[in-house]
Amino acid sequence: MTRIGVVVFPGSNCDRDTLRGVELAGGEAVELWHEAGSLDGGAGVILPGGFAYGDYLRAGVIARFSPVMRAVAAFAAEGGLVLGICNGFQVLAEAGLVPGALLRNRGLRFLGRDVRIAPERLDTPFTRLIGARRPLRMPIAHGEGCYFADDATLDALERDGQVLFRYVRSDGGSTAETGDPANPNGSLRAIAGVMNDRGNVAGLMPHPERAGEAILGSDDGLPILRSFVEAAAQAERPDGRADLAAAAVR
Amino acid sequence: MTDFRFAVNVLPKPGILDPQGRAVEGSLGHLGVSGVAGVRVGRRVELTVSADAETAARATVDHLAGELLSNPLIESFTVERIG
Repeated sequence: MTRIGVVVFPGSNCDRDTLRGVELAGGEAVELWHEAGSLDGGAGVILPGGFAYGDYLRAGVIARFSPVMRAVAAFAAEGGLVLGICNGFQVLAEAGLVPGALLRNRGLRFLGRDVRIAPERLDTPFTRLIGARRPLRMPIAHGEGCYFADDATLDALERDGQVLFRYVRSDGGSTAETGDPANPNGSLRAIAGVMNDRGNVAGLMPHPERAGEAILGSDDGLPILRSFVEAAAQAERPDGRADLAAAAVR
Repeated sequence: MTDFRFAVNVLPKPGILDPQGRAVEGSLGHLGVSGVAGVRVGRRVELTVSADAETAARATVDHLAGELLSNPLIESFTVERIG
């Protein structure tokens, strides 16, 4: 079974949900403490949601300098698959492993509610098993989720296919940039998730692991986790990473 | 070695959404204050650095300010010597 590491920072609070989600998705979930110097043989790594190091200074910034993040950065540089969810996305952005920054929600309030998102691409390690299902309904729970990058970067992300998810209306229709309630935090271009240019590191603000089985009210998040586990299994095979990278980058 | 004390002032860059600044500005009317605009909310960090000379101490502070205390994508900083 494919091993997927789930990093546990002091203040992570979605690590158990994520471990469970990985198992539902067919992977073997392994906890990785933030002081760990290695990824314990994981074929993929997930940075879960929460409030790593209390979100002091800026969300994600102190976690960025933890020992495990050195291992994550080295793994990513070798083409390893990394997914950051919510606070994990903030950590990846602070570490410069995905483009952009997450600002305070435009409405200033912490938001905990269901949103709808739609994938921009179905040919990535994070979206390959989503199929025709959309919009995807899953919760958000964050105070700093307003996606920001300068206009030139946003244009480049769209051109290069690095926008992974956008917030959409409940009927699946695209949303106005910042004022529409369907874009809960006012993210620029309604961006809910992005990838790096190599297509092996991604972050998103909504919580697929909290929508991983019907008893939670939605299992729309499961195909994202299943995509990740399947792609990680592929990456373990000889030349698997090279194939993934070739497929992911436009 | 001498102790040098600095303050690092971090502010959102011009044009970056600053909802806290906007909220503060929006509250001014409740105080009966008018004619105040351009409110920006940032962060101030004070720290002491032991070094042989102020230039070396300042280099350390600049490094910390750029790597940790601010996010250069969205924030700018200034460093001032306060002791």
